[in-house]
Amino acid sequence: MSSTNTENWMKDIGVVDLTGVGGGSTSAATKITALVVDDDSVNQTIHSKMLENLGIQNQVETIFDLILMDMDMPVMNGIEATRKLREMGVRSIIAGVSTCTRDEREQKEFMEAGLDDFQEKPLTTPKLVSILHKLNKKC
Amino acid sequence: MLGLGADRLWADMNRLLALLFHQGVLDEQFVQLQQLQDESSPNFVCEVVTIYFHESEKLLKNLRGLLMEREFSDYKKMGIHLNQFMGSSSSIGAKRVRNVCVAFRAASEQNNRAGCLRALELLEHEYCYLKNKLHELFHIEQQRLLAAGVRYPMQN
Repeated sequence: MSSTNTENWMKDIGVVDLTGVGGGSTSAATKITALVVDDDSVNQTIHSKMLENLGIQNQVETIFDLILMDMDMPVMNGIEATRKLREMGVRSIIAGVSTCTRDEREQKEFMEAGLDDFQEKPLTTPKLVSILHKLNKKC
Repeated sequence: MLGLGADRLWADMNRLLALLFHQGVLDEQFVQLQQLQDESSPNFVCEVVTIYFHESEKLLKNLRGLLMEREFSDYKKMGIHLNQFMGSSSSIGAKRVRNVCVAFRAASEQNNRAGCLRALELLEHEYCYLKNKLHELFHIEQQRLLAAGVRYPMQN
């Protein structure tokens, strides 16, 4: 993806105001924070970079607008983690991400746990932008 | 004359990539990965692939360790390792490795130890091939960057 395409997508979802000198600045009103929940270092690195390229902050201690939730994690899977987050009253957009859905029942269970969206891996920038559109609508 | 060596190396890189795509070793996701690389992360692809190699070798060691156990029966644990391997392979565009993981997981779900052993051997083979080719690619890229920096002295 060229930098022009990235900028168009970012403008489209209202993440970055690019009218300023030197590439522009992030509008405070549209600043989005995200958390990547994945036990795999490769996916953590890639998903964090995708978010960074879209001007989204990937932080540890904050209230998150967006949580990217991997389904397949060994200690507590994404379904259980999502359920617990919702029980705790977390209102962030939670987008489930899974390597593959073995059956529709599993995906349904994941959605019913409290997801706002679901995408199959590999996560790409267009899929991430699609998730962010939902965040925009919710706000 | 500037960078003729760099041009030739650029062509070599593209030929190798085309071959890997043609063989199905890599898929479109590798292109997505390359497109994430930018001035702020000029070695992003190499860094991610290095993490992938490190994690994959741990997973392969775990898988082999499980299958070599005399009384092996923990197919669930095997499934967890395979899911992780599939996910990371998929994320970097390692298509053939991912496909073998799918077949391996199918054998694991059937508690088919012989099938799992065959799949593991194939997985190790595919992973080795991928690793060698990606190392070759990064080596050419390094050579290209060095060659691009070569300047012939001006004649007075």
